Amino acid sequence: MKLTAEERAMLRGKRGEPVRRALELQIEVGRFYGAKRCVPVTNVHMMGDIEVMGDGGLEHLRRLARSGARCEAAVTTNARCFDFAHAERLGQDAGEAAKERRLIGYLRQMNVMTTDTCINYQTLYQPHFGERLAWGDTGTVIWANSVCGARSNFESGPFALAAAMTRRVPEYGFHLDAHRRGTCVVEVDADPGDLAEWGALGKLVGESHQSYFAVPVFTGVRRAPTADELKHLGASLASYGSMAMYHMVGVTPEAPTLAAALGGNRPKERMRITRADIERVFRSYENPDGSCNFVVFSGPQLSLLEMKRLAELFDDRRVHAGTTVFVTTANGVLSAARALGYAQKLEAAGVTILEGVCVYILQNLTRMRAANGWANMISNSAKIVNTITAHKFNTILRRTRDCVDIACTGVFR
Amino acid sequence: MSVPRPTIRVKRAFGMAVQGEAVVSEEGFSPRYDLDRWSGVITRPGHKLEGINIRDKILFFPTAKGGIAAGWAFYDIKAKGIAPKALIFGVTNPVMVQGAVFANLTITEGWSRDPRECLKTGDIVRVDPQAKTIELLKRANG
Repeated sequence: MKLTAEERAMLRGKRGEPVRRALELQIEVGRFYGAKRCVPVTNVHMMGDIEVMGDGGLEHLRRLARSGARCEAAVTTNARCFDFAHAERLGQDAGEAAKERRLIGYLRQMNVMTTDTCINYQTLYQPHFGERLAWGDTGTVIWANSVCGARSNFESGPFALAAAMTRRVPEYGFHLDAHRRGTCVVEVDADPGDLAEWGALGKLVGESHQSYFAVPVFTGVRRAPTADELKHLGASLASYGSMAMYHMVGVTPEAPTLAAALGGNRPKERMRITRADIERVFRSYENPDGSCNFVVFSGPQLSLLEMKRLAELFDDRRVHAGTTVFVTTANGVLSAARALGYAQKLEAAGVTILEGVCVYILQNLTRMRAANGWANMISNSAKIVNTITAHKFNTILRRTRDCVDIACTGVFR
Repeated sequence: MSVPRPTIRVKRAFGMAVQGEAVVSEEGFSPRYDLDRWSGVITRPGHKLEGINIRDKILFFPTAKGGIAAGWAFYDIKAKGIAPKALIFGVTNPVMVQGAVFANLTITEGWSRDPRECLKTGDIVRVDPQAKTIELLKRANG
């Protein structure tokens, strides 16, 4: 890799050991991918909670903080595994909660903004076209690349932190034009409506093209999708397909036309998604014991618009006795939802609103599931329907309105 | 005469040369969703390697699964003393590479021939990231 004078000085330790080690790690990854140089980044978003990093990661952060490591680029944090206000009631481990508090302390000491949201792009920072980023959480990366035309690879926690210290990343993957061109074409002949239908579309395309470097180009979308629809599509593509970018002709900035989105690439495949394909996704889920006492709106956290819609759907209704409903959102959204009365409506209906977390990463979730007798998880998020299976849930994707009906009637449909 | 032992060439590699027992998987891998990070045993129900302990093994996976979490996970399992010796992927993603680099675990991507055709779980292999080769040293039963 070609290094600048400043980078060489960093490697000699001119800006201290934490920066030297951070750049050294980044360069190793750059070498692996054949990067020729580093490029500056203006914004960093990192995943770091005790559930994901374990004691090994916590010790790493403790040492970093003690050695005076300091982030120079603006850096925010992703959803974490505790909402401390609910930890005890959820039966989460007090010892792990204490570790999480220490972890947050180390991050703040290093100049990290512990914002705890996976929808930073809806609440905290809107990158511009071509802006270089080091973002973690796959849903944030696919949003930045696709919807904003900004540039980021999947940056895991330690590498986002490294980028925040060095203010740069090795230039490989989605920083390069060559990897941003469409690799397959998806004709959408389905008119997806509900968020769950956009997620189902992402599942169909992601599952059949599992590759970080696959970039689907959607054509035939007949109306302007909303931000939340694109959010659910992207989160689902990233979850099922490990994808970091898509194009939508006439919608996303690097796809004014199909030809522009492909950038000279010959698509490896063309697929067509029909209404029948989407319906087949919804019919594919089984509910062996018929139970439906756990309904989740999470993964990604809800925007204010999603909170408003849910409040309307739950208005004057009650969650069925014995059923638990979780909604997760970010601090800023919840604050606005309180000011506007949406949060009160949801809580009056018996919904539990969790702040700064995502359900599938909640500490102790496997035991929580067993203790509460949650065999099935029903959600309108295709992403969480995929990711939460690690905790041995049977999962079922349903449209938003159906999820609310199931939650309030206790009857599965 | 002995049959020539297969050597696989890899496309990209990081880490130190290591040798050990191969575990050849038909299925991709996520250290967060497939693995019990306290025991090192693959516990996801229905995973092709369910019940296998990855400690000190050389793991062959066709693909990487999962999201950002792998970046921390390898470091954590190494700190717990249950890390594999090397991760050999057909296709991987930057998070796996970052995770391996952070934990200083040998990792490679791309292969000149499919290990599922020329290696078996239990074979002893040597991975050389510098030379970008994987060599069969000893068959599982011989």
